[in-house]
Amino acid sequence: MTTVNDDATSSDWDGRYYHVDQVLNTPGPRTEDSFQAGDAVKDFLRNQCKILVIGAGGLGCEILANLALTGFKDIHVIDMDTIDISNLNRQFLFRPKDVGNPKALVAAEFIMQRVPGVKVTPYFGKIQDKDEDYYLQFNIIVCGLDSVEARRWINATLVNMVDEENPESLKPLIDGGTEGFKGQARVILPTISSCYECSLDMLNKPTAFPICTIANTPRLPEHCIEWASVLEWPRVHGEKKLDTDDPEHIGWLYNTALTRAKEFKIEGVTWSLTQGVVKNIIPAIASTNAIIAASCCNEAFKIATSSAAFLNNYFMLIGTEGVYSYTFEHEKRKECPVCGGESLDITISKEWTVERLIEMLVEKQDIQIKKPSLSSGIKQIYFQAPPQLEQATRPNLEKKVSELVEDGGEVTVTSSTLPFNLSLRIKYT
Amino acid sequence: MIKIWSMKKSEDAAAKRKPKTSAAQIRVQKDLTELELPETMKTNFPDANDLLNFTLTITPDEGMYKGGSFTFSFAINTNYPHEPPKVKCIPKIYHPNVDLDGNVCLNILREDWKPVLNLNSVMVGLQYLFLEPNADDPLNKEAAEELRRNREQFIYNVRQAMRGNSVKAIQYDRVSAL
Repeated sequence: MTTVNDDATSSDWDGRYYHVDQVLNTPGPRTEDSFQAGDAVKDFLRNQCKILVIGAGGLGCEILANLALTGFKDIHVIDMDTIDISNLNRQFLFRPKDVGNPKALVAAEFIMQRVPGVKVTPYFGKIQDKDEDYYLQFNIIVCGLDSVEARRWINATLVNMVDEENPESLKPLIDGGTEGFKGQARVILPTISSCYECSLDMLNKPTAFPICTIANTPRLPEHCIEWASVLEWPRVHGEKKLDTDDPEHIGWLYNTALTRAKEFKIEGVTWSLTQGVVKNIIPAIASTNAIIAASCCNEAFKIATSSAAFLNNYFMLIGTEGVYSYTFEHEKRKECPVCGGESLDITISKEWTVERLIEMLVEKQDIQIKKPSLSSGIKQIYFQAPPQLEQATRPNLEKKVSELVEDGGEVTVTSSTLPFNLSLRIKYT
Repeated sequence: MIKIWSMKKSEDAAAKRKPKTSAAQIRVQKDLTELELPETMKTNFPDANDLLNFTLTITPDEGMYKGGSFTFSFAINTNYPHEPPKVKCIPKIYHPNVDLDGNVCLNILREDWKPVLNLNSVMVGLQYLFLEPNADDPLNKEAAEELRRNREQFIYNVRQAMRGNSVKAIQYDRVSAL
């Protein structure tokens, strides 16, 4: 690795941040009271603020470049993927020689070469490999992901991390996403504003064809590909899992779908369509990524510096017919399984049985739960149904709560009379 | 850095702290413990600690499939309820909407799945397939054809198949004690 300046200021030549400084040198009508114009805010942005970028793909490359150029100097990046040749048209931090190498490492190296004084720390792996202590070290987290599952995970992790006694535990999450010509950027303040899970029902569901159509009356090349992946793969390969990143697997699907397409006189089954259908790929558009990444980084900059009001809280872009954008406040959902629901601290005697605790929950005026089911982590404490699990957990009714839940431990309570769930933190006298 | 903490409302103070349980896990707990299954449906958990993998046995008490016992496997992934549970019919049965590999044609398991649906809706949907097999969405084309053409013959075939006999040279699994 070439030398990277640890001393950030030494590489700041005169006028380097001339344009950015226009908004940092003096307060304006829209700046907050906490805005510390001049050296204080510049020092925070350039020497103290630590920012995490999740994803180093289409959005991630843009985000990394934008952040580095606006003056963030301590950037971390996580990505679990390696570079594919098809990435090169828009993931501009990568070159043909980089194909096969980890995106996070190559992106970090490129930014450090190109933007002096910026330190980018890569991690090649999954976000799930990291724990709360890791995420706690950052001031802001920006996501440029293409997976719903990863977003749900980081969102839930950041919401859970909020500790009432520690203001530092609340990390603003800026989430960008694109799908073809459409995109969205949003600011999530965990536990304060609407979270990712709150808006899960706004997602377009992936196109799925009725299984009887793909089995009997295929009309589209997509039907043949779905037939190959949904019906033929498990029939021929049994338990072997389909790996959509394995070219051999894709090749098998392609050939199988092609044969079927010929049989039904359907045209249009290609290798890339096969890959597109099974991986649910929507063509990525470089300019959509650029717009959304710019919006995300603009928010990161405003949040880090307090130099202007930040997005409240959802910006959407629809570029399919002309350019349309709309900004609105997505509201928190009371029954959101991640940030909604109720939470209660209760203190009970070490001698209390599970049955006693349940009686208390049923009788307590301010909660009034009917037929509660309890678990702790993934351990069941008492389930009202189905019969087999009720029977299996019934012996726990006699046990002391303290045998099953540690002091300060969390218990998840569900019941048909609760919007989603109630979480109890149990303390013992 | 913006002062976010001051934006936290005081009424939020004690609340909104969640357990480390995943949203999918809580949702499955909620779905399962609020199941209201009729006598004709029973769940079975091979590993009582694993809520994400279990079976459902349907024993219809009316209709053409009365007397049979049909077991389905349920596999729920961590992206539930964004994604539907994966459901397969374990025995090889003669049914217009179930193929010989156990794939089930039920709209809410695929194209019409929505996160507001739950395990109860899927189970009720499966039971409905035995009361009203649907010839218009065939997975077993021969069975669907027979149901459309000659209902009496279809019912006879169902009986044969449920006893473990062959229908049109295909041997089915015995699912009936009769």
